[in-house]
Amino acid sequence: MTLEMYREYILDLYKNPLNKGNIENPSHEYKKNNPLCGDEVKIQLQVEDNKIHEVKFQGIGCAISIAFASLLTEKIKNLTIEEVKNLNKDDILELVKIPLSPVRIKCALLSLDVLRGALENARD
Amino acid sequence: MKTILKKMLDVKKEFPIFKNNPHLVYLDSAATSQKPKTVIESLKNFYEKENANIHRGVYTLSEIATEKFEKVREIIARFINAEKDEIVFTKNTTESLNLLSYSIKDIIPENKNEIVLTEMEHHSNLIPWQQMARRNNMKLKFIPIKNFELDYEKAREIITERTAIVSVTHVSNVLGTVNLIDKIINISKEKSAITIIDAAQSVPHLKIDVKKLDCDFLAFSGHKVYGPLGVGILYGKKELLEKLPPFLTGGGMIEEVNYDNVTWNRAPLKFEAGTQNIGGVIAFGEVIKYLEELGLDNIYEYERELLIYALEKLNEIKNIEIYNPGIDKSLALISFNIKRIHPHDVASILNEYDIAIRAGHHCCMPLMKKLGISGTCRISLSFYNTKKDIDMLIKGIEKVQEVFK
Repeated sequence: MTLEMYREYILDLYKNPLNKGNIENPSHEYKKNNPLCGDEVKIQLQVEDNKIHEVKFQGIGCAISIAFASLLTEKIKNLTIEEVKNLNKDDILELVKIPLSPVRIKCALLSLDVLRGALENARD
Repeated sequence: MKTILKKMLDVKKEFPIFKNNPHLVYLDSAATSQKPKTVIESLKNFYEKENANIHRGVYTLSEIATEKFEKVREIIARFINAEKDEIVFTKNTTESLNLLSYSIKDIIPENKNEIVLTEMEHHSNLIPWQQMARRNNMKLKFIPIKNFELDYEKAREIITERTAIVSVTHVSNVLGTVNLIDKIINISKEKSAITIIDAAQSVPHLKIDVKKLDCDFLAFSGHKVYGPLGVGILYGKKELLEKLPPFLTGGGMIEEVNYDNVTWNRAPLKFEAGTQNIGGVIAFGEVIKYLEELGLDNIYEYERELLIYALEKLNEIKNIEIYNPGIDKSLALISFNIKRIHPHDVASILNEYDIAIRAGHHCCMPLMKKLGISGTCRISLSFYNTKKDIDMLIKGIEKVQEVFK
Protein backbone atom coordinates (compact mmCIF):
# COMPACT_ATOMS: atom_id res chain seq x y z
CA MET A 1 0.00 0.00 0.00
CA THR A 2 1.42 3.30 -1.07
CA LEU A 3 -0.63 5.19 1.45
CA GLU A 4 1.17 3.34 4.22
CA MET A 5 4.28 4.97 2.84
CA TYR A 6 2.85 8.26 3.99
CA ARG A 7 2.33 7.38 7.61
CA GLU A 8 2.22 10.22 10.13
CA TYR A 9 5.91 9.84 11.01
CA ILE A 10 7.06 10.45 7.43
CA LEU A 11 4.72 13.38 6.97
CA ASP A 12 5.92 14.95 10.24
CA LEU A 13 9.52 14.70 9.13
CA TYR A 14 8.57 16.22 5.79
CA LYS A 15 6.85 19.18 7.40
CA ASN A 16 9.43 19.58 10.18
CA PRO A 17 12.66 18.12 8.89
CA LEU A 18 15.55 17.40 11.25
CA ASN A 19 18.99 18.85 10.59
CA LYS A 20 17.84 21.09 7.80
CA GLY A 21 19.99 24.16 7.42
CA ASN A 22 23.53 25.32 6.80
CA ILE A 23 26.91 24.94 8.45
CA GLU A 24 28.91 28.11 8.02
CA ASN A 25 32.32 26.55 7.51
CA PRO A 26 31.78 22.88 6.87
CA SER A 27 34.76 20.55 6.57
CA HIS A 28 32.91 18.54 3.92
CA GLU A 29 30.19 19.45 1.44
CA TYR A 30 28.49 17.88 -1.56
CA LYS A 31 25.33 18.31 -3.60
CA LYS A 32 23.65 16.09 -6.12
CA ASN A 33 20.61 15.92 -8.36
CA ASN A 34 18.15 13.09 -8.44
CA PRO A 35 18.00 12.68 -12.24
CA LEU A 36 14.54 11.18 -11.93
CA CYS A 37 12.83 14.26 -10.57
CA GLY A 38 15.46 16.99 -10.75
CA ASP A 39 15.52 17.44 -6.97
CA GLU A 40 18.77 18.60 -5.46
CA VAL A 41 20.10 17.64 -2.05
CA LYS A 42 23.15 19.20 -0.39
CA ILE A 43 24.82 17.79 2.69
CA GLN A 44 27.38 19.62 4.81
CA LEU A 45 29.51 17.99 7.49
CA GLN A 46 31.70 19.20 10.30
CA VAL A 47 34.15 16.40 10.97
CA GLU A 48 36.28 16.63 14.11
CA ASP A 49 38.63 13.91 15.43
CA ASN A 50 37.44 11.58 12.71
CA LYS A 51 33.84 11.89 13.94
CA ILE A 52 30.75 13.55 12.53
CA HIS A 53 30.46 16.50 14.87
CA GLU A 54 27.71 18.31 12.97
CA VAL A 55 25.60 17.61 9.90
CA LYS A 56 23.07 19.68 7.95
CA PHE A 57 21.17 19.16 4.73
CA GLN A 58 19.51 21.48 2.27
CA GLY A 59 17.24 20.95 -0.67
CA ILE A 60 13.76 20.43 -1.90
CA GLY A 61 12.33 17.00 -2.39
CA CYS A 62 9.45 14.65 -1.97
CA ALA A 63 8.24 13.52 1.42
CA ILE A 64 10.26 10.32 1.15
CA SER A 65 13.57 11.94 0.31
CA ILE A 66 13.20 14.65 2.95
CA ALA A 67 12.14 12.21 5.66
CA PHE A 68 15.06 9.90 4.92
CA ALA A 69 17.50 12.81 4.77
CA SER A 70 16.30 13.77 8.25
CA LEU A 71 16.73 10.27 9.60
CA LEU A 72 20.08 9.66 7.95
CA THR A 73 21.58 12.90 9.20
CA GLU A 74 20.26 12.11 12.67
CA LYS A 75 21.76 8.63 12.57
CA ILE A 76 25.29 9.63 11.60
CA LYS A 77 25.83 12.19 14.35
CA ASN A 78 28.86 11.17 16.42
CA LEU A 79 29.66 8.21 14.20
CA THR A 80 33.22 7.79 12.95
CA ILE A 81 34.03 8.32 9.29
CA GLU A 82 34.55 4.56 8.90
CA GLU A 83 31.20 3.78 10.45
CA VAL A 84 29.50 6.20 8.09
CA LYS A 85 31.35 4.79 5.09
CA ASN A 86 30.17 1.33 6.04
CA LEU A 87 26.49 2.28 6.03
CA ASN A 88 24.70 0.43 3.29
CA LYS A 89 21.36 0.57 1.57
CA ASP A 90 19.67 -1.72 4.04
CA ASP A 91 20.86 0.29 7.03
CA ILE A 92 19.05 3.26 5.55
CA LEU A 93 15.87 1.48 4.52
CA GLU A 94 15.66 0.03 8.04
CA LEU A 95 15.37 3.51 9.51
CA VAL A 96 11.66 3.38 8.81
CA LYS A 97 10.11 0.20 7.58
CA ILE A 98 7.67 1.38 4.95
CA PRO A 99 6.81 -0.30 1.67
CA LEU A 100 8.65 1.48 -1.13
CA SER A 101 8.49 0.78 -4.85
CA PRO A 102 11.85 0.52 -6.68
CA VAL A 103 11.45 4.09 -7.96
CA ARG A 104 10.72 5.49 -4.52
CA ILE A 105 13.64 3.55 -3.00
CA LYS A 106 15.83 5.87 -5.07
CA CYS A 107 14.20 8.84 -3.33
CA ALA A 108 14.94 7.27 0.04
CA LEU A 109 18.58 6.60 -0.86
CA LEU A 110 19.35 9.95 -2.50
CA SER A 111 20.73 11.41 0.74
CA LEU A 112 23.02 8.40 1.31
CA ASP A 113 24.49 9.02 -2.12
CA VAL A 114 25.03 12.67 -1.30
CA LEU A 115 26.53 11.80 2.08
CA ARG A 116 29.07 9.48 0.41
CA GLY A 117 29.92 12.31 -1.96
CA ALA A 118 30.38 14.68 0.96
CA LEU A 119 32.87 12.34 2.63
CA GLU A 120 34.94 12.39 -0.56
CA ASN A 121 34.80 16.15 -0.77
CA ALA A 122 36.73 17.69 2.06
CA ARG A 123 37.10 21.45 1.82
CA ASP A 124 40.45 22.90 2.73
CA MET B 1 -20.88 17.19 -31.14
CA LYS B 2 -23.20 14.71 -29.42
CA THR B 3 -22.56 12.06 -32.06
CA ILE B 4 -18.81 12.54 -31.80
CA LEU B 5 -19.03 12.06 -28.05
CA LYS B 6 -21.01 8.87 -28.37
CA LYS B 7 -18.68 7.41 -30.94
CA MET B 8 -15.69 8.22 -28.76
CA LEU B 9 -17.18 6.72 -25.62
CA ASP B 10 -17.16 3.34 -27.33
CA VAL B 11 -13.51 3.67 -28.29
CA LYS B 12 -12.11 2.54 -24.95
CA LYS B 13 -13.35 -0.99 -25.68
CA GLU B 14 -10.96 -1.21 -28.59
CA PHE B 15 -7.94 -0.88 -26.27
CA PRO B 16 -7.31 -4.23 -24.51
CA ILE B 17 -5.23 -2.62 -21.73
CA PHE B 18 -8.47 -1.22 -20.27
CA LYS B 19 -10.11 -4.62 -20.33
CA ASN B 20 -7.15 -6.10 -18.45
CA ASN B 21 -6.89 -3.13 -16.06
CA PRO B 22 -10.54 -2.16 -15.65
CA HIS B 23 -9.88 0.51 -13.00
CA LEU B 24 -6.98 2.14 -14.78
CA VAL B 25 -7.26 5.88 -15.28
CA TYR B 26 -4.49 6.41 -17.79
CA LEU B 27 -3.41 10.03 -18.01
CA ASP B 28 0.08 9.56 -19.43
CA SER B 29 -0.48 9.23 -23.16
CA ALA B 30 2.12 11.91 -23.90
CA ALA B 31 4.73 9.45 -22.60
CA THR B 32 3.32 6.58 -24.61
CA SER B 33 -0.18 5.93 -25.84
CA GLN B 34 -2.09 2.71 -25.31
CA LYS B 35 -2.52 0.43 -28.33
CA PRO B 36 -5.76 -0.48 -30.07
CA LYS B 37 -6.55 -4.13 -30.71
CA THR B 38 -5.92 -3.71 -34.41
CA VAL B 39 -2.24 -2.90 -33.75
CA ILE B 40 -1.71 -5.81 -31.40
CA GLU B 41 -3.41 -8.18 -33.84
CA SER B 42 -1.28 -6.90 -36.69
CA LEU B 43 1.91 -7.62 -34.71
CA LYS B 44 0.66 -11.07 -33.80
CA ASN B 45 -0.36 -11.76 -37.36
CA PHE B 46 3.04 -10.72 -38.70
CA TYR B 47 5.08 -12.86 -36.33
CA GLU B 48 2.73 -15.83 -36.58
CA LYS B 49 2.09 -15.81 -40.30
CA GLU B 50 4.29 -13.45 -42.27
CA ASN B 51 7.63 -13.01 -40.52
CA ALA B 52 10.50 -12.61 -43.00
CA ASN B 53 13.18 -10.05 -43.72
CA ILE B 54 12.50 -7.51 -46.42
CA HIS B 55 14.07 -6.21 -49.64
CA ARG B 56 16.39 -8.92 -50.88
CA GLY B 57 14.36 -12.05 -50.35
CA VAL B 58 13.14 -13.76 -53.50
CA TYR B 59 10.71 -16.06 -51.75
CA THR B 60 7.02 -15.30 -51.25
CA LEU B 61 7.07 -14.42 -47.53
CA SER B 62 9.84 -11.91 -48.01
CA GLU B 63 8.08 -10.39 -50.98
CA ILE B 64 4.88 -10.00 -48.99
CA ALA B 65 6.73 -8.43 -46.06
CA THR B 66 8.54 -6.03 -48.40
CA GLU B 67 5.33 -5.03 -50.09
CA LYS B 68 3.50 -4.43 -46.80
CA PHE B 69 6.45 -2.53 -45.32
CA GLU B 70 6.73 -0.23 -48.34
CA LYS B 71 2.96 0.22 -48.41
CA VAL B 72 3.16 1.78 -44.94
CA ARG B 73 5.59 4.35 -46.30
CA GLU B 74 2.82 5.37 -48.69
CA ILE B 75 0.21 5.39 -45.94
CA ILE B 76 2.33 7.64 -43.72
CA ALA B 77 3.20 9.91 -46.64
CA ARG B 78 -0.50 10.35 -47.35
CA PHE B 79 -1.20 10.88 -43.64
CA ILE B 80 1.09 13.93 -43.42
CA ASN B 81 0.76 14.95 -47.08
CA ALA B 82 4.30 14.02 -48.11
CA GLU B 83 5.71 11.90 -50.95
CA LYS B 84 6.53 8.25 -50.38
CA ASP B 85 10.28 8.78 -50.74
CA GLU B 86 10.23 11.54 -48.16
CA ILE B 87 9.47 9.12 -45.30
CA VAL B 88 12.43 7.58 -43.42
CA PHE B 89 11.85 4.89 -40.81
CA THR B 90 13.82 5.26 -37.58
CA LYS B 91 13.22 3.90 -34.11
CA ASN B 92 11.76 7.08 -32.57
CA THR B 93 11.77 10.90 -32.63
CA THR B 94 15.08 10.94 -30.78
CA GLU B 95 16.78 8.86 -33.46
CA SER B 96 15.22 10.99 -36.22
CA LEU B 97 16.64 14.15 -34.64
CA ASN B 98 20.01 12.52 -33.99
CA LEU B 99 20.17 11.43 -37.62
CA LEU B 100 19.74 15.05 -38.66
CA SER B 101 22.21 16.39 -36.12
CA TYR B 102 24.89 14.05 -37.47
CA SER B 103 24.14 14.34 -41.20
CA ILE B 104 23.01 17.90 -41.71
CA LYS B 105 26.40 19.62 -41.50
CA ASP B 106 27.07 18.78 -45.15
CA ILE B 107 24.20 20.93 -46.40
CA ILE B 108 24.91 23.98 -44.26
CA PRO B 109 26.53 26.94 -46.07
CA GLU B 110 29.87 28.01 -44.62
CA ASN B 111 28.72 31.47 -43.57
CA LYS B 112 26.10 30.04 -41.20
CA ASN B 113 27.03 28.85 -37.73
CA GLU B 114 24.01 29.26 -35.47
CA ILE B 115 21.41 26.75 -34.35
CA VAL B 116 18.14 28.16 -32.99
CA LEU B 117 15.94 26.17 -30.59
CA THR B 118 13.33 27.25 -28.05
CA GLU B 119 13.43 27.30 -24.27
CA MET B 120 10.73 24.61 -24.16
CA GLU B 121 12.49 21.80 -26.03
CA HIS B 122 12.45 18.23 -24.79
CA HIS B 123 15.98 16.94 -24.13
CA SER B 124 15.71 14.98 -27.39
CA ASN B 125 15.50 18.21 -29.39
CA LEU B 126 18.15 19.92 -27.29
CA ILE B 127 21.03 17.56 -26.61
CA PRO B 128 21.61 16.42 -30.24
CA TRP B 129 22.00 20.10 -31.23
CA GLN B 130 24.08 20.91 -28.18
CA GLN B 131 26.44 18.13 -29.23
CA MET B 132 26.42 19.16 -32.88
CA ALA B 133 27.24 22.75 -31.87
CA ARG B 134 30.10 21.46 -29.75
CA ARG B 135 31.49 19.22 -32.52
CA ASN B 136 31.35 21.96 -35.14
CA ASN B 137 32.02 25.04 -33.07
CA MET B 138 28.55 26.42 -33.72
CA LYS B 139 26.46 28.68 -31.51
CA LEU B 140 23.17 27.65 -29.86
CA LYS B 141 20.44 30.27 -29.42
CA PHE B 142 17.04 29.95 -27.79
CA ILE B 143 13.71 31.60 -28.53
CA PRO B 144 12.47 32.59 -25.06
CA ILE B 145 9.06 31.84 -23.57
CA LYS B 146 6.65 34.38 -22.16
CA ASN B 147 3.40 33.39 -20.40
CA PHE B 148 4.02 29.75 -21.33
CA GLU B 149 4.27 30.46 -25.06
CA LEU B 150 7.01 31.48 -27.46
CA ASP B 151 7.98 35.11 -27.71
CA TYR B 152 7.57 35.58 -31.47
CA GLU B 153 8.90 39.13 -31.41
CA LYS B 154 12.14 37.84 -29.93
CA ALA B 155 12.18 35.02 -32.49
CA ARG B 156 12.54 37.67 -35.20
CA GLU B 157 15.66 39.00 -33.51
CA ILE B 158 17.15 35.62 -32.73
CA ILE B 159 16.82 34.06 -36.17
CA THR B 160 19.37 35.84 -38.37
CA GLU B 161 21.29 35.45 -41.63
CA ARG B 162 23.80 33.44 -39.57
CA THR B 163 21.14 30.90 -38.56
CA ALA B 164 21.74 27.52 -40.16
CA ILE B 165 19.06 25.46 -38.41
CA VAL B 166 15.84 26.24 -36.59
CA SER B 167 14.55 23.20 -34.72
CA VAL B 168 11.33 23.72 -32.79
CA THR B 169 8.81 21.57 -30.99
CA HIS B 170 5.28 21.79 -32.37
CA VAL B 171 3.59 21.08 -29.05
CA SER B 172 5.35 21.37 -25.69
CA ASN B 173 5.35 18.12 -23.71
CA VAL B 174 5.31 20.13 -20.47
CA LEU B 175 3.04 23.10 -21.16
CA GLY B 176 0.81 21.69 -23.88
CA THR B 177 1.45 24.91 -25.81
CA VAL B 178 0.80 24.62 -29.54
CA ASN B 179 3.55 26.71 -31.07
CA LEU B 180 2.76 28.77 -34.15
CA ILE B 181 5.30 26.87 -36.18
CA ASP B 182 4.10 28.37 -39.46
CA LYS B 183 5.23 31.72 -38.10
CA ILE B 184 8.62 30.32 -37.05
CA ILE B 185 9.00 28.55 -40.40
CA ASN B 186 8.26 31.78 -42.27
CA ILE B 187 10.79 33.79 -40.29
CA SER B 188 13.36 31.02 -40.82
CA LYS B 189 12.71 30.90 -44.56
CA GLU B 190 13.35 34.64 -44.82
CA LYS B 191 16.82 33.94 -43.44
CA SER B 192 17.32 30.75 -45.49
CA ALA B 193 17.60 28.56 -42.41
CA ILE B 194 16.76 24.84 -42.44
CA THR B 195 13.55 24.18 -40.49
CA ILE B 196 13.00 21.10 -38.35
CA ILE B 197 9.80 20.33 -36.45
CA ASP B 198 9.67 18.00 -33.45
CA ALA B 199 6.11 16.78 -33.91
CA ALA B 200 6.17 14.01 -31.27
CA GLN B 201 3.39 15.64 -29.25
CA SER B 202 1.35 17.05 -32.12
CA VAL B 203 0.90 14.15 -34.55
CA PRO B 204 -1.31 12.20 -32.07
CA HIS B 205 -3.73 15.14 -31.89
CA LEU B 206 -3.52 17.34 -34.97
CA LYS B 207 -3.73 16.89 -38.70
CA ILE B 208 -0.25 17.57 -40.05
CA ASP B 209 0.31 18.79 -43.60
CA VAL B 210 4.02 19.10 -44.35
CA LYS B 211 3.40 20.70 -47.74
CA LYS B 212 1.32 23.44 -46.20
CA LEU B 213 3.78 23.92 -43.35
CA ASP B 214 6.65 23.90 -45.83
CA CYS B 215 9.09 22.72 -43.14
CA ASP B 216 12.26 20.96 -44.32
CA PHE B 217 12.15 18.11 -41.81
CA LEU B 218 9.65 16.77 -39.30
CA ALA B 219 10.09 13.99 -36.74
CA PHE B 220 7.67 11.92 -34.69
CA SER B 221 7.30 8.60 -32.86
CA GLY B 222 4.83 5.86 -33.70
CA HIS B 223 4.34 4.76 -30.11
CA LYS B 224 2.85 8.11 -29.11
CA VAL B 225 0.39 7.81 -32.02
CA TYR B 226 -1.11 4.51 -30.79
CA GLY B 227 1.45 2.46 -32.73
CA PRO B 228 3.94 -0.11 -31.43
CA LEU B 229 7.18 0.87 -29.70
CA GLY B 230 10.29 1.16 -31.81
CA VAL B 231 8.95 2.89 -34.92
CA GLY B 232 9.92 6.48 -35.58
CA ILE B 233 9.44 8.69 -38.60
CA LEU B 234 11.62 11.30 -40.16
CA TYR B 235 10.04 13.34 -42.92
CA GLY B 236 12.45 15.28 -45.13
CA LYS B 237 12.00 17.18 -48.38
CA LYS B 238 13.18 14.89 -51.14
CA GLU B 239 15.87 17.20 -52.52
CA LEU B 240 17.32 17.62 -49.02
CA LEU B 241 17.25 13.92 -48.19
CA GLU B 242 19.11 13.26 -51.44
CA LYS B 243 21.85 15.69 -50.38
CA LEU B 244 22.25 14.41 -46.81
CA PRO B 245 24.89 11.78 -46.17
CA PRO B 246 23.73 8.67 -44.26
CA PHE B 247 23.87 8.52 -40.47
CA LEU B 248 24.06 4.80 -39.71
CA THR B 249 25.79 2.59 -42.25
CA GLY B 250 25.65 -1.13 -42.99
CA GLY B 251 23.34 -3.48 -44.80
CA GLY B 252 20.38 -2.36 -46.86
CA MET B 253 21.46 1.25 -47.35
CA ILE B 254 24.02 0.62 -50.08
CA GLU B 255 24.05 0.39 -53.85
CA GLU B 256 27.45 -1.09 -54.58
CA VAL B 257 30.12 -2.17 -52.11
CA ASN B 258 33.82 -2.86 -52.65
CA TYR B 259 36.36 -3.63 -49.94
CA ASP B 260 37.47 -0.02 -49.84
CA ASN B 261 34.53 2.03 -51.08
CA VAL B 262 30.78 2.17 -51.35
CA THR B 263 27.97 3.96 -53.13
CA TRP B 264 24.81 4.74 -51.18
CA ASN B 265 21.32 3.62 -51.99
CA ARG B 266 18.82 6.35 -52.87
CA ALA B 267 16.88 8.21 -50.17
CA PRO B 268 15.06 7.17 -48.03
CA LEU B 269 16.71 3.73 -48.09
CA LYS B 270 20.20 5.12 -47.48
CA PHE B 271 19.02 6.15 -44.00
CA GLU B 272 17.68 2.71 -43.10
CA ALA B 273 20.75 0.63 -42.28
CA GLY B 274 20.27 -2.86 -40.92
CA THR B 275 17.10 -4.87 -40.48
CA GLN B 276 14.16 -2.62 -39.78
CA ASN B 277 11.31 -3.08 -37.30
CA ILE B 278 9.22 -4.64 -40.04
CA GLY B 279 6.37 -6.00 -37.92
CA GLY B 280 6.22 -2.70 -36.03
CA VAL B 281 6.08 -0.63 -39.19
CA ILE B 282 3.32 -2.79 -40.66
CA ALA B 283 1.34 -2.50 -37.42
CA PHE B 284 1.85 1.27 -37.47
CA GLY B 285 0.24 1.34 -40.89
CA GLU B 286 -2.85 -0.25 -39.32
CA VAL B 287 -2.95 2.53 -36.72
CA ILE B 288 -3.01 5.23 -39.35
CA LYS B 289 -5.95 3.55 -41.04
CA TYR B 290 -7.64 3.28 -37.65
CA LEU B 291 -7.12 6.97 -36.88
CA GLU B 292 -8.34 8.02 -40.29
CA GLU B 293 -11.48 5.99 -39.81
CA LEU B 294 -12.05 7.60 -36.44
CA GLY B 295 -11.41 10.97 -38.04
CA LEU B 296 -8.68 13.33 -36.88
CA ASP B 297 -11.18 16.18 -36.70
CA ASN B 298 -13.38 14.11 -34.39
CA ILE B 299 -10.37 13.28 -32.25
CA TYR B 300 -9.42 16.94 -32.04
CA GLU B 301 -12.95 18.04 -31.11
CA TYR B 302 -13.36 15.36 -28.49
CA GLU B 303 -9.98 15.91 -26.88
CA ARG B 304 -10.54 19.65 -26.83
CA GLU B 305 -13.77 19.18 -24.93
CA LEU B 306 -11.93 16.94 -22.46
CA LEU B 307 -9.18 19.52 -22.03
CA ILE B 308 -11.69 22.29 -21.36
CA TYR B 309 -13.36 20.09 -18.76
CA ALA B 310 -10.06 19.12 -17.13
CA LEU B 311 -8.80 22.71 -16.96
CA GLU B 312 -12.08 23.85 -15.47
CA LYS B 313 -12.06 21.14 -12.81
CA LEU B 314 -8.39 21.57 -11.94
CA ASN B 315 -8.86 25.31 -11.60
CA GLU B 316 -11.42 24.66 -8.87
CA ILE B 317 -8.82 22.90 -6.73
CA LYS B 318 -7.38 24.92 -3.87
CA ASN B 319 -3.66 25.59 -3.77
CA ILE B 320 -3.02 24.49 -7.31
CA GLU B 321 -0.69 26.17 -9.74
CA ILE B 322 -1.34 25.41 -13.42
CA TYR B 323 1.29 25.93 -16.11
CA ASN B 324 -0.80 26.37 -19.22
CA PRO B 325 -1.11 29.14 -21.81
CA GLY B 326 -4.91 28.77 -22.04
CA ILE B 327 -7.32 26.53 -23.84
CA ASP B 328 -6.99 28.16 -27.25
CA LYS B 329 -3.22 27.91 -27.23
CA SER B 330 -2.75 24.39 -25.95
CA LEU B 331 -3.84 20.82 -26.40
CA ALA B 332 -4.23 17.53 -24.64
CA LEU B 333 -1.97 18.07 -21.65
CA ILE B 334 -1.81 20.04 -18.42
CA SER B 335 1.07 20.51 -16.00
CA PHE B 336 0.38 21.61 -12.46
CA ASN B 337 1.68 21.64 -8.92
CA ILE B 338 -0.16 21.36 -5.65
CA LYS B 339 1.34 23.77 -3.16
CA ARG B 340 3.67 22.22 -0.59
CA ILE B 341 3.27 18.73 -2.06
CA HIS B 342 6.01 17.31 -4.23
CA PRO B 343 4.89 15.98 -7.66
CA HIS B 344 6.27 12.54 -6.80
CA ASP B 345 4.13 12.35 -3.72
CA VAL B 346 1.07 13.42 -5.71
CA ALA B 347 1.75 10.74 -8.34
CA SER B 348 2.47 8.05 -5.73
CA ILE B 349 -0.80 8.62 -3.94
CA LEU B 350 -2.80 8.87 -7.18
CA ASN B 351 -1.26 5.54 -8.17
CA GLU B 352 -2.94 4.08 -5.13
CA TYR B 353 -6.25 4.87 -6.85
CA ASP B 354 -5.07 3.43 -10.21
CA ILE B 355 -4.55 6.89 -11.65
CA ALA B 356 -1.44 7.06 -13.81
CA ILE B 357 0.08 10.52 -14.20
CA ARG B 358 3.67 11.62 -14.78
CA ALA B 359 5.67 13.61 -12.25
CA GLY B 360 9.06 15.21 -12.56
CA HIS B 361 10.95 17.32 -15.06
CA HIS B 362 9.54 15.56 -18.16
CA CYS B 363 12.96 15.58 -19.86
CA CYS B 364 12.90 19.39 -19.82
CA MET B 365 15.33 20.29 -17.03
CA PRO B 366 16.28 23.71 -18.47
CA LEU B 367 12.59 24.66 -18.82
CA MET B 368 11.99 23.66 -15.19
CA LYS B 369 14.85 25.92 -14.07
CA LYS B 370 13.37 28.69 -16.18
CA LEU B 371 9.97 28.23 -14.49
CA GLY B 372 11.74 28.13 -11.13
CA ILE B 373 10.46 24.70 -10.16
CA SER B 374 12.03 21.26 -9.92
CA GLY B 375 9.14 19.44 -11.53
CA THR B 376 5.43 19.28 -12.22
CA CYS B 377 2.57 16.83 -12.19
CA ARG B 378 1.41 16.25 -15.76
CA ILE B 379 -1.77 14.75 -17.08
CA SER B 380 -1.99 14.03 -20.78
CA LEU B 381 -5.20 13.14 -22.54
CA SER B 382 -6.24 10.96 -25.41
CA PHE B 383 -9.51 10.20 -27.14
CA TYR B 384 -9.88 7.04 -25.04
CA ASN B 385 -10.10 9.16 -21.87
CA THR B 386 -13.46 10.25 -20.56
CA LYS B 387 -14.83 12.96 -18.28
CA LYS B 388 -15.13 10.22 -15.69
CA ASP B 389 -11.34 9.86 -15.78
CA ILE B 390 -11.03 13.56 -14.99
CA ASP B 391 -13.52 13.23 -12.14
CA MET B 392 -11.45 10.35 -10.72
CA LEU B 393 -8.34 12.50 -10.98
CA ILE B 394 -9.98 15.37 -9.13
CA LYS B 395 -11.14 13.02 -6.36
CA GLY B 396 -7.62 11.58 -6.25
CA ILE B 397 -6.06 15.01 -5.83
CA GLU B 398 -8.46 15.71 -2.99
CA LYS B 399 -7.22 12.52 -1.30
CA VAL B 400 -3.63 13.67 -1.81
CA GLN B 401 -4.44 16.93 -0.09
CA GLU B 402 -6.09 15.05 2.75
CA VAL B 403 -2.98 12.92 3.31
CA PHE B 404 -0.78 16.01 3.43
CA LYS B 405 -3.22 18.09 5.46
